[in-house]
Amino acid sequence: MQTVKMVVTGPFSSGKTQFIQTVSEIDVVATERKISSESERIKETTTVAMDFGRITVDDDLVLYLFGTPGQKRFDFMWEILSEGMLGFVVMVDSSRPETFREARRILETFRAYAPTPYVVTANKQDLPDAWDPSDMRIALRLAPDVKLLPCTATDKESVKNALLELLYSILERMES
Amino acid sequence: MALKGNLRDFSFSQLLNLISLAKKTGTLEVHGPGKDAIISFDEGKLSYAQNSQNDNGLAAVLLRTEKLTDKQYHVIKDKAENIGDKELGLMLINSNYVTQDEILASLKQEFVSTANDLFTWAEGIFQFENNKKPSPEIISLLINLENIIIEGSRQLQEKERLEDEIPSLDMALKFTETPGTNIRNVNLSVKEWRVVSFINPKNSMRQIARTTKLNEFEFRRIVYSLVQAGLVEIIRPEGTDPPSPKIPTLPVESADEQKSLVNRLITRIRSL
Repeated sequence: MQTVKMVVTGPFSSGKTQFIQTVSEIDVVATERKISSESERIKETTTVAMDFGRITVDDDLVLYLFGTPGQKRFDFMWEILSEGMLGFVVMVDSSRPETFREARRILETFRAYAPTPYVVTANKQDLPDAWDPSDMRIALRLAPDVKLLPCTATDKESVKNALLELLYSILERMES
Repeated sequence: MALKGNLRDFSFSQLLNLISLAKKTGTLEVHGPGKDAIISFDEGKLSYAQNSQNDNGLAAVLLRTEKLTDKQYHVIKDKAENIGDKELGLMLINSNYVTQDEILASLKQEFVSTANDLFTWAEGIFQFENNKKPSPEIISLLINLENIIIEGSRQLQEKERLEDEIPSLDMALKFTETPGTNIRNVNLSVKEWRVVSFINPKNSMRQIARTTKLNEFEFRRIVYSLVQAGLVEIIRPEGTDPPSPKIPTLPVESADEQKSLVNRLITRIRSL
């Protein structure tokens, strides 16, 4: 059995767990805990180790999706998670511009760990105060060739699109 | 009981707060990795500060604050090297080189800057010696610590933010190619112009900071404002190779097998 993995990363509460849950064929093995910090009390629980989803391709091949913990104090996990990954998805909450700088820091860190292909998703596009992806590209200072994809992590087609775009980038890298 | 420890465990702002509240008189010596600083206090107020990176004599301070020219500084160094700061200050005032206010303002700026720098030290062995005063030959001041603590803490936050924005000074700068942008139409300070004049993809930011004699904090601040204004962008210095794009780790070796594997993944995701 061959296994490959992709990492889903991004700031706290950017929607990583939901992204994996939407396409995983198993219930996501989530390692969530109630949040103790007042400043991070945007939601009730957060991922403290990693989320873990699975997509079986065929009898020989399985794709694993790993979600990184969103809180800064778990940064030490990133290097371990990034090892051997096929590529990574950086989730950004389009409605919370205060997290954009953190998203950029995460992106740079992952690129340094492993310069594998990646895509950035402008998540929560269904929220009324979501930023337009073209504005987010400027705010996140993404180069024109970086794929920034509008996304709603609860919508399967949207998540599929992000994963497919990442796989197309991987294929392009192999052919270049 | 000596007040000693490591800034790692007891931060500089906590130390200043303690000295201010207890109205302490004495001298604090801090030995950090590759640099040292000495700061004196009188009744809980900052009276003197020096660090090991700079010449802390009055002439050098006045040169740094641009109250003396290079030529005047070298004349003083040659002819009055053994004169104490107080005597030198009187000579400079009497010969109309500088005013008393300029000397005091320059020293205040220098002392506060040395203190501010200490806020950024992540570690350093410190020892406070009660009642130890600076040499009587140097000019001491009395500066309230409250503002220094507030300003130092603010600068520390700004420094952390700037380091997030510009993590490495080993990168280079180049002017953006946005049509319609002309740097000549922008109002820049003298320091900003100095930085701008060295912008070239061949020069790393570290080299520019060194050449323009700006400390890293000041330099990052200038670069940040130029980047934010869309005038320059951060690039990899010419002649350095970018990290080679990595082919993702796959459980098969041949190129055809790898492509086939990715295509199988694509087919499966499409079918979800």
